[in-house]
Amino acid sequence: MLGIGVLILREVLEASLIISVVYAATRGIPGRGRWVGLGVAAGVVGALLVAAFAGAIASAVSGIGQEVFNASVLLAAVVMIGWHAVWMSSHGKALVTKLKSVGSEVSVGHRPLAALLVVVAIAVLREGSEAVLFVYAQAANGSDWVDLVAGVGAGILGGAAIGLALYVGLLRIPMRYFFTATNWLLLLVAAGMAAQAANFLVQAGILPPLGARLWDTSALLSDHSLFGQTLHALIGYDARPAGIQLAFYFVTVVIIVLGMKLCGKPKPPISGAA
Amino acid sequence: MAIRSAFCWFFAVCWLLTVSAVGAEEATFKLTIRNHRFEPTELMVPAGQKIKLEIDNQDATPEEFESYELNREKVVPAKATVVIFVGPLKPGRYPFFGDFNKGTAKGVLIAK
Repeated sequence: MLGIGVLILREVLEASLIISVVYAATRGIPGRGRWVGLGVAAGVVGALLVAAFAGAIASAVSGIGQEVFNASVLLAAVVMIGWHAVWMSSHGKALVTKLKSVGSEVSVGHRPLAALLVVVAIAVLREGSEAVLFVYAQAANGSDWVDLVAGVGAGILGGAAIGLALYVGLLRIPMRYFFTATNWLLLLVAAGMAAQAANFLVQAGILPPLGARLWDTSALLSDHSLFGQTLHALIGYDARPAGIQLAFYFVTVVIIVLGMKLCGKPKPPISGAA
Repeated sequence: MAIRSAFCWFFAVCWLLTVSAVGAEEATFKLTIRNHRFEPTELMVPAGQKIKLEIDNQDATPEEFESYELNREKVVPAKATVVIFVGPLKPGRYPFFGDFNKGTAKGVLIAK
């Protein structure tokens, strides 16, 4: 049971952390719970589908279909987060004002929620499909059902608890800095996803590694420890990065920050006001 | 609108990657998974060049090839063969394992 629980926890953890950051980043937007819930539900359905068609996906594109698929969904999530971050840079102030004054609702439309729904769904789908395959393999190998159910339950609860702890921690950030903090965190999540996508494309032989292992900090902090994995999900920590991962990471940061700066500026005065 | 543009991006990226996937030939090495074990358990590969690993899972259950040292992770579905590129590696030992059957599925890549 312990082994099963630990593996499920590891699969659930990253998705759980990303859900927490998204839930915090959408604070004050009406209906966010429903949207995030929908994202999780869509992700679970997607995970079951991906697991069911794992064979077809793996053998697609001459044996590298999995990497192409993973890199594509990761980059889609990066685009969605970038879009949200740019959107927040021009709407964040209104949200803060709303959260400070009780009662009034900010009508911001559902666009930012739709973008983040996709991010949540992708996070759940990616980690979930591996968990589903693992459980299937265990069941097929004749694992005890009680062990399996208890292990899966414990793993999911553990992962959810860590996500909840992160959310509670984020809520302690003073309101003045709150959306700046969650926006930067989302930015780093996106950069980490872009780097991970790059690693998949190197693994598929599509991109050159540009230095297969730039450095190795696994002795300092393994990215397969609980803390290392948390940092992996939140800021894209990788103990043994390839050069191209770094390139993807920083290009993503630069593009999103530029977008935020350009769109976050106060609107120019309407003609005639010069 | 946001979802539609997400799908457009998704397909554009898929297409680009598929087109660019037609690459050069690398030296190929084979690993077989049978009864939740890797064969061979020690695989010699040349250092300093990109290599292609073909992993053939002959079991009826899926496995996940994983190596911390190689920074690689990939599901190998039941009765399927997948491809994974590694390197160029520095000379040394690079352990790998099957994440779904950690007790038995272990091996090491030796780059010389």
